[in-house]
Amino acid sequence: MRSAIIQGVLLFIVCYALLSIYQTTIFNLEERGIKTSTSFFDSVAPFKVGFSPFLDYELGKTTYIEIFYIGVLNTILVAVLGIVAATILGFAIGIMRSSSNWLASKFSLVYVEIFRNMPLLLQIMFWNFAIFLAFLPPPKQSLEFGVFYLNGRGLQTPLPIIENSNNFNIWLVTIFFSFIGVYFFRRWAKKRFFETGKTLPVFSLSLVFIILFTTLMFYALGGPLTIELPVLGKFNFKGGAQLPLPLFSLWFSLTIYTSAFIAENVRAGIASVSKGQIEAARSIGLSRSQMVRMVIIPQALRVIIPPTISQYLNLTKNSSLAMAVGYEEVVAVWANISLNQTGQALIIIAMTIIFFECCSLFTSFVLNIYNRRIQLSER
Amino acid sequence: MASNTIKFEKLPDRLPPSNTVGWMAWVKTNLFGSISNTLITLLVFYLIFLYIPPFIEWAFINANFSGSDRSVCDENKAGACWTFVKVRFDQLLFGLYFATNPDQMWRPIIAFIGFFGLLIPLMIDKTPHKKWLLITLLTIFPVFFLLIVRGGVFGIPDSDPSQWGGLLLTFTLAFVGIILALPLGILLALGRRSKMPVVKSFSIIYIEFWRGTPLITILFMASVMLPLFFPSGVEFDKVVRAMIGITLFQSAYTAEAVRGGLQAIDKGQSEASMALGMGYWQQTIFIILPQALKISIPSIVNTFIALFKDTSLVSIIGLLDLLKIAQNSSRSLDWNGYDIEAYMFAGIVFWIFCFGMSMYSQRLEKKLDTDRRE
Repeated sequence: MRSAIIQGVLLFIVCYALLSIYQTTIFNLEERGIKTSTSFFDSVAPFKVGFSPFLDYELGKTTYIEIFYIGVLNTILVAVLGIVAATILGFAIGIMRSSSNWLASKFSLVYVEIFRNMPLLLQIMFWNFAIFLAFLPPPKQSLEFGVFYLNGRGLQTPLPIIENSNNFNIWLVTIFFSFIGVYFFRRWAKKRFFETGKTLPVFSLSLVFIILFTTLMFYALGGPLTIELPVLGKFNFKGGAQLPLPLFSLWFSLTIYTSAFIAENVRAGIASVSKGQIEAARSIGLSRSQMVRMVIIPQALRVIIPPTISQYLNLTKNSSLAMAVGYEEVVAVWANISLNQTGQALIIIAMTIIFFECCSLFTSFVLNIYNRRIQLSER
Repeated sequence: MASNTIKFEKLPDRLPPSNTVGWMAWVKTNLFGSISNTLITLLVFYLIFLYIPPFIEWAFINANFSGSDRSVCDENKAGACWTFVKVRFDQLLFGLYFATNPDQMWRPIIAFIGFFGLLIPLMIDKTPHKKWLLITLLTIFPVFFLLIVRGGVFGIPDSDPSQWGGLLLTFTLAFVGIILALPLGILLALGRRSKMPVVKSFSIIYIEFWRGTPLITILFMASVMLPLFFPSGVEFDKVVRAMIGITLFQSAYTAEAVRGGLQAIDKGQSEASMALGMGYWQQTIFIILPQALKISIPSIVNTFIALFKDTSLVSIIGLLDLLKIAQNSSRSLDWNGYDIEAYMFAGIVFWIFCFGMSMYSQRLEKKLDTDRRE
């Protein structure tokens, strides 16, 4: 009875507070001449968006809602690029941290402690304003990294171009089926191992199969995809794609910052595998690579993966700091510029928050699935 | 009488093989243990020799420390321009108001001394009466801070919070965030473990809502929407708005840290206190929380480190914190072009505090770990 009253009162207070805040906000907005409605979605956005690789942008034609989509896609682009790079770098640094080489281990310790103890915003501004903008050469004298060129305008990268979209889709489907084939092959190999004890080099066989099969199909379908390399023209690059400097700086700093946290997760994961496991693996005669593959990695990954997934979410949220360098992601073009232009604070902030909440919910969803799978395989 | 007893004497221990002791052995196993190890060592050495000496030359040997304007640095471009940091030091630390009123500088200095005078003894193990120090820091110190830095009473000139800046503002925001977020976070953590469905779901929604949103969006919301939430006439200062945003954000993270501590407390504790006839609040305040908070100190410190770094985001909504002042100074006409020095100084200041706190929390974690094993 007592708890029912407490809950009832709490429910009433919270609902009343939210409702009155909502009404006051609507009233205040109307007093400033802004009628809260979604009708501004279809009106033309009067400002320029420089970077929109996935949706066509045209000044004087693109509407506000399209600006929102551009912002979301740009956020996702930098998040994906950052996640891939931070994972590779973070694992490399984390493995180095656990290496028996003293120098390598201390080097990665210094790396981790330097980069995770400074504000990300400071790092973004440092790399962008103090280093890249100040020191990167003009396009003519670009720094060359294989097929990548870095200059004061950004990073020139090769661009895959789909020549024949029909055949390309068929190719994607065949790749998908090759993975399914590998999945069944592995199941069969595992079953055979449990029944007869005979092993097969499953991993390398699968890899060879996938590579051979996809290459074969690629040529059988007449090469539906070509890769366009950037070529230096008279003043600027022709062909390929360009990651503008703000995107490059943001990606670079996010990668370095997040990799320090991932490296720490990796180190903790490797350290969490108890010494007894390694001794037991040796005593039953596993080779070194078998031990790493079958004993250390599976147990370490259990500790590494959950916090690393949270780091991916943090990276996505941190990409909103792009504002400082002028990359056009969702907070910059939507929660800042569009908000200032239209004054539709309520809807715009709500949509921005909902986008990030979706990312967050998706992350917890993935984490929950992963945790459940781990629990099932525990005895 | 001839002695026919044989005396057994222990021979001295033989020395370990010479290749397993001493620095030579250490170098051999830790740096050149195998071929790949040797390659890694050589590569890292190469990188160190490639980058460290030029950096030291730039940062120390060729650096400019003297003078009071940019002419010194413009003549000697080979080294860092620490003159710039020296000239702008007051601004970077205390913000524009106190830098332009040097006779008022004692106020933030005393505030800083008071803050560290309370904080540092708290971090040392053997300090007596820690509880009272902590309570002073969390209750009396903020009032003292407000009196002395804000002024306006006892003949101390008034300083407008919108004029605060630099490290002073960074500290103020982070400290206010943690003080206000702590009680809120404890309530939320208790709410999340409550048996009442309404309380529980409100707490979960609140915590996950703030944790899912980037701080910059929350700061935007605080600076743009907060005035809209209240009837006209209610005005907030920009700094206060940022404080509100930071507190709401931080309380969700504190709640999760405290929840971790609450989960670690054995159920027997609450059962025993129930058997003694304690009610919910008695139980929570006297039995559960003291134990849970102790366990959760390391994670609370970790969330505080994150908050301390994140306060730099207020520069995006136009507050002049340490980072913003560093940036503005390096863009001012007097010192245009010395970006690296500006960011590096701000970075080092942030780094010292964050690294110090993370060392402290790691040490605490280790200590708590052994406490439990005993």
